[in-house]
Amino acid sequence: MKLLTHNMLMSHVKGVTKGYPLLIKATEVKVNEVEFNPQFVSRMIPKVEWSALVKAAEELGHRQDLPAELLADYEKNEEFLKKVHKVLLEVEVIEGCLQCPESGREFPITKGIPNMLLNEDEV
Amino acid sequence: MASSCRRPEHTAPPDVFYNEEEAKKYSQNSRMIEIQTQMSERAVELLNLPEGQPCFLLDVGCGSGLSGDFLSEEGHYWVGVDISTAMLDVALDREVEGDLLLGDMGQGMPFRPGTFDGCISISALQWLCNADKKTHSPPKRLFTFFSTLYSSLSRGSRAVFQLYPENSEQLELITSQAMRAGFTGGMVVDYPNSSKAKKFFLCLFAGVTGVLPKGLGSETSDRNVSNQVQFSGQRCRFKNMKGKSLKKGRDWIFEKKERRRRQGREVRADTKYTGRQRRPHF
Repeated sequence: MKLLTHNMLMSHVKGVTKGYPLLIKATEVKVNEVEFNPQFVSRMIPKVEWSALVKAAEELGHRQDLPAELLADYEKNEEFLKKVHKVLLEVEVIEGCLQCPESGREFPITKGIPNMLLNEDEV
Repeated sequence: MASSCRRPEHTAPPDVFYNEEEAKKYSQNSRMIEIQTQMSERAVELLNLPEGQPCFLLDVGCGSGLSGDFLSEEGHYWVGVDISTAMLDVALDREVEGDLLLGDMGQGMPFRPGTFDGCISISALQWLCNADKKTHSPPKRLFTFFSTLYSSLSRGSRAVFQLYPENSEQLELITSQAMRAGFTGGMVVDYPNSSKAKKFFLCLFAGVTGVLPKGLGSETSDRNVSNQVQFSGQRCRFKNMKGKSLKKGRDWIFEKKERRRRQGREVRADTKYTGRQRRPHF
């Protein structure tokens, strides 16, 4: 699971109102090389919840010294975009689990695929 | 329409039906791969994405990631959701570029509002119309799916679903739940006059009202049908022809070509040489 996907995921357990951001408990993290696309990265930055991204990257030990606050003119700053690209698309959680911050429900991640299936009483 | 025993959703729930054996077909059977790729191609065309811009898309029922491969080829980034672990394993083996999630579409899409620039789904929606467990209610599951999908799409984006509806009631059920969730749009049918090439696409708009694209091969189908019998002074020579032209005649050839064109088959263009007699030979 890439951190971009993690940034977009939220808990959909019944009764949870703000299941975001999901806590990552990773046991295996991998860095996969992905082709750099500055246009896509700068398009995704406004959609990304910046604080959640920095926190997730920190937890995995791949913060790449990202600033806590988003830079003002990030479109032109290629070095910054490259860092964000690496955090968003290259760092992948292979094994571990995601935890809903509100209900404490855990979603296991196996082989890089988070299991978001709910039990019948959680729908 | 295919008989009931040929519809996979009647045999078992999707997480059971798509086992290792079934999943293997999707990576080996070249005909299956070709059809899947063609349908995803058409679905992306219907999405009407801005040109030259990499988009972030959702693939519902991504399976082994065949449709995702096409998205990656076009330069888009995608997230795939599927309920079958066997199919997702095949996708992992094929090293698809998108991110994968194990999830049930009937339980809703677990994404933040406004995440995706579009959504495609190839042959997955009809699975939602079945109640595989005691607690499943198809209308409720459809509504949960559509309402969570609506919120996870950005305003002005589209969702295109290729599906094989069983009957008109099923279509009615799907579209009514989609409209209830706030979507606008409707069905696009490609090659409506052919039983084999006919494809149904549910084309939904989130937030805006758009113009529904036309189905392929349907331009020639709306011939003007008059509601009155046409008067003709001619004496009826071929009573049993029922409006058909004389066999082997030029008109007959034109009509036959037109008919085959409507079925979506490959037909040579009409020229001045069509149906003309050859010069006499001795």
